[in-house]
Amino acid sequence: MSGGVQGLGRLGIMASWLKPRPGSEGHRRRRGSLVAWVILIAGVVYFLVPLVATFQFSLRPTPTTLAYTNVLNDPKFSGSLLYSFTVAIITIFASLAIIVPTAFWVRLKVPHLRTAVEFVTLMPFIIPAVILVFGVIRVYSAKPFVFTRTEFGSDALLVATYVVLSFPYMYRAVDTGLAAIDVRSLTEAAQSLGAGWPRIIVRVILPNLRTALLSGAFLTFAIVLGEYTIASFLARNDQFGVYLSLLGQNKAFEPAAVSLISFGLTWLAMIVIALIGRGSRVTVVGAR
Amino acid sequence: MRVRRRPTFAWVGVVPFFLFAIAALGLPVGFLVIGSFQNADGDLTLQNFADLSTGTIPRAFLNSIEISLVTAVGGGFFGFLLAWAVIMGGLPSWIRSAVMTFSGVASNFAGVPLALAFVFTLGNLGLVTKFLFDTFGLSLRQDLGFTLYSKTGIEIVYFYFQFPLMVLIIAPALDGLRREWREASENLGASAFQYWRHVALPILTPSILGTMILLFGNSFGAQATAFQLTGGTIEIATIAIGRQIRGDVLHNPGLGYAMAMGMVVVMSVVITAYTWLQRRSERWLRS
Repeated sequence: MSGGVQGLGRLGIMASWLKPRPGSEGHRRRRGSLVAWVILIAGVVYFLVPLVATFQFSLRPTPTTLAYTNVLNDPKFSGSLLYSFTVAIITIFASLAIIVPTAFWVRLKVPHLRTAVEFVTLMPFIIPAVILVFGVIRVYSAKPFVFTRTEFGSDALLVATYVVLSFPYMYRAVDTGLAAIDVRSLTEAAQSLGAGWPRIIVRVILPNLRTALLSGAFLTFAIVLGEYTIASFLARNDQFGVYLSLLGQNKAFEPAAVSLISFGLTWLAMIVIALIGRGSRVTVVGAR
Repeated sequence: MRVRRRPTFAWVGVVPFFLFAIAALGLPVGFLVIGSFQNADGDLTLQNFADLSTGTIPRAFLNSIEISLVTAVGGGFFGFLLAWAVIMGGLPSWIRSAVMTFSGVASNFAGVPLALAFVFTLGNLGLVTKFLFDTFGLSLRQDLGFTLYSKTGIEIVYFYFQFPLMVLIIAPALDGLRREWREASENLGASAFQYWRHVALPILTPSILGTMILLFGNSFGAQATAFQLTGGTIEIATIAIGRQIRGDVLHNPGLGYAMAMGMVVVMSVVITAYTWLQRRSERWLRS
């Protein structure tokens, strides 16, 4: 486990646990294989049956592809995907814009504020989404800050709340990335060549953090895409999760098709993270 | 000679972060905290917390706690078994990679699509429901008294993200068990059972407990899955709070805020306990 994220909780695990460490138990044992197979098969059955059922359900109408063609021809489907992609991308960039300079500055100049910053970034673990949105709606629907009356205001609240949800993963990813490079030397080298702070962050630090940033970004993407609770209370009916929920109430087979597509998109995000080969895939906030 | 330290303004660099945190996190949570100590006239009171024991609120919290406990212990137990099977069970190593990657996906596959997937599986027209009825003439609802739209149903669905989370978090701990420890105990004549009973499990206990506590919190704060599944007919804390957001169904805003605080208190206890146990387990697992 590289780099120290000290302080409150290690909720994500950065270890590259895909490969067994040499010398660990995984290399040795060959006994107990049968029991292991039974457990594995039981697990596979539990995890695959709902997916198979959903797939089978989506093929029930005649012709078999009807649910899929209906969904693909539904402008609300593409609209909701586009909306959620846009929200996810804005969330990722907003989160990066806040977290990268902060994590960099904490490491370089104000290490004594580390605990405080870390504590704030971990708040989404303590404040469930439904409670966060409760507070957000009560504060920003009354004077002096009326945001919920306008579409744009509600969208802004949605993004701001998602940025908070992304904090634990973003901060951890960025901080681990920073731990792996020599921030101080890089900064001093850049300074001696005449670079200012914005230039240092954009041209020197960011390129060195590429993999860390990507894993944080795709994790955020996965969380935002399926999120339902916050979006539904903010009446963001275009959000993918809310669209799927409404579809589930009104249609029989189309929701199965869209659920599978949603699962596929989550797969995609996780495979990208696995390919990048770094970062945590453990999430405990978001679309529960 | 006195050296005067230059006043530093380095802290200015983190001001944007804290400003955003105050706006998006501090104010909303602060509003709930203050509101929970106010009555309808805005006077300071503790009555809201006393009123948490009235109406359906205790049932909502108890249901939430029961569901979280069952899925945390059950998910933790089976998740541990699965992690053990793929890491130490002598299975081909590609299975380990596949299970780990899949766990990453499954632990993120929650909310609306997950609830729907189980409706298609165990709902009234679900694949398994139909299969059991067509093949064995067994009706889940009539013969077994089972319905997906119940507490048991919610638990079955929650397992889908609880299991994989356990697998992901406990895997590094299992990896941390050194070969030397087993060799040492074997050289001293210990059986496999004795090794697990006296060496491996005591080392793993803080990790296992800590992860189960995390699973508890994971399920305690969940709203979307249960809401999509039951439409709010099962009274759990997050759904009760959701109703309060839509409209003041308790006819007392302060009571709603007190409920929210109740959840935050439970979550704080969960996270504190998890952090403490995680620190303990790291002592052994640091390589």
